[in-house]
Amino acid sequence: MLDHPAWQAIWLTLELATLTTLLLLLIATPLAWWLSQTHSRWRAPIGALVTLPLVLPPTVLGFYLLVLMGPNGPLGRLTLALGWGTLPFTFTGLLIGSVIFSLPFAVQPIQHAFESIGTRPLEAAATLRASPLDAFFSVALPLARPGLLTAAILSFAHTVGEFGVVLMIGGNIPGKTRVVSTEIYGHVEAMEYAQAHWLAGGMVAFSFLVLLSLALLRRNGGNVMR
Amino acid sequence: MDDAKQNDASHNGSSHIRLKLPRAQFDVDVDLRLPGRGISVLFGASGSGKTTILRCVAGLERAASGFVRIGGAVWQDDARGLHVPTWRRPLGYVFQEASLFEHLNVQRNLEFGLRRAGGAADRHALDEAVDLLGIRALLQRRPQDLSGGERQRVAIARALATRPRLLLLDEPLASLDLPRRREIMPWLERMRDELAIPMLYVTHSMDELSRLADEVVVLDKGRAVATGPVADILTRGDLPALAGEEAATVLQGTVAERDAHWHLARIQLDGASLLVRDSGLAVGRPVRLRVLARDVSVTLDEPVRSSIQNHLPGVVDAVVADSHPAQALVRVRCDGQILMARLTWKSVEELQLHPQRSVWVQVKSVAVID
Repeated sequence: MLDHPAWQAIWLTLELATLTTLLLLLIATPLAWWLSQTHSRWRAPIGALVTLPLVLPPTVLGFYLLVLMGPNGPLGRLTLALGWGTLPFTFTGLLIGSVIFSLPFAVQPIQHAFESIGTRPLEAAATLRASPLDAFFSVALPLARPGLLTAAILSFAHTVGEFGVVLMIGGNIPGKTRVVSTEIYGHVEAMEYAQAHWLAGGMVAFSFLVLLSLALLRRNGGNVMR
Repeated sequence: MDDAKQNDASHNGSSHIRLKLPRAQFDVDVDLRLPGRGISVLFGASGSGKTTILRCVAGLERAASGFVRIGGAVWQDDARGLHVPTWRRPLGYVFQEASLFEHLNVQRNLEFGLRRAGGAADRHALDEAVDLLGIRALLQRRPQDLSGGERQRVAIARALATRPRLLLLDEPLASLDLPRRREIMPWLERMRDELAIPMLYVTHSMDELSRLADEVVVLDKGRAVATGPVADILTRGDLPALAGEEAATVLQGTVAERDAHWHLARIQLDGASLLVRDSGLAVGRPVRLRVLARDVSVTLDEPVRSSIQNHLPGVVDAVVADSHPAQALVRVRCDGQILMARLTWKSVEELQLHPQRSVWVQVKSVAVID
């Protein structure tokens, strides 16, 4: 069935997906709030930039991140100067790549949830003495809960399913950057179809459960909201 | 901050609202002085700038130039660059749709503002608001499970629970059907009589105006075309916004006696009295009557054999044009009260109704509205 390297890959995948999801909720929520509220002329370009990973091939994204984080890239020079070494082929580098790659999957549901709340509940909160920050936490965030949940599930699932970016930035180092998708690739390359089957079948079941829970959530979320 | 003193100043002091801001169709430009308590109604057709004024007073919209003083507190003074943000203004705001927080139950909705209002409000304010609006049975319900009328009552109580110094109401009944309006109206009347804070009430409904208003500001294209006590405004007759089918006068009186045999009650006005259907009101209770201009007719002699019980002697005060070219509104002064009669110009001509002429008015129907 599943050998030690397979379990190691599964564990690493879950760790990467969990950390990516947590980081994304922290980054995407304020970003989505800004995009939903602003009338700035930067709204359209920033919105497009955030959506870019949705349409770019992962290899393109991975290539630029590699260049950026490499010893001659601006980010690489910074991390070297700080004594952290370079990020490519490390778990941290992989995490940064994952966050950027899944950014649109987190921002879009949250932004949509904020936009559908409208201005009225926030105005009502202001007339009830809530400061803008207070109203964000006590009114906007709770009302956007279905959007936040959708964002979390999509980010997690999308990270579990990524391959191109992982291969470009992470390499395929067992225990450090080898995740389930690259492990399957390795098994297929080596003609180990039995191991590949176990992992691939697991991915199919996992993905199905994610999409099913999302559908159920949307239905219940709809009931809660209206 | 000395809270008691502040409260005292705002309760006795009048308010001053001066706003200028451009709109697409016209400029809003008003300079209003409002009494320290009671309901001041902003009245006008839709798109006359009523809601804009209310939103500016609340700070939800920013006037190009404005001065807002409520009681002793200045909320906005653009001459000094002062603009207090909405959440720092001790006001209550009731929107056209209840706008309750859907993620909180009724109790938590009520506590939302209370918790943030600090020293000014306490549990007592919430209890009072709950009783005043009769919503104690709803506290554990969710907003989604309330009827339109219940939602609006909760919204009003939520605004009151913060002990605001000013209550702003933006057509609170407009989104409700007639039975729901009838359900809420008595609660609003009770608030007017029991609360010691000023209320600014936006409506385009003649019914709400005549039932609720103490003071009236008639708005047309962003400007105040008339301001004054409701009885004066309603009898002016020269305001197009107030003419039409609903033209009416509001009279203040007290129940003088009840006639059990005929089921009638006599309402004493200043010098005169009127008979109305007895609706069980206690003797001595103050009431508000509404007399529609179309229910008033004029004769030169005292009517002696007529089915109409209510007739009063009076003197013609003014004759003004009505909305239809065939009709005139005749204003008659009867013992300190003013009544309006809708007559044809033909009758005005034939009876030679001109100011100072002595006449009798017959009132076919009187509505007790309070």
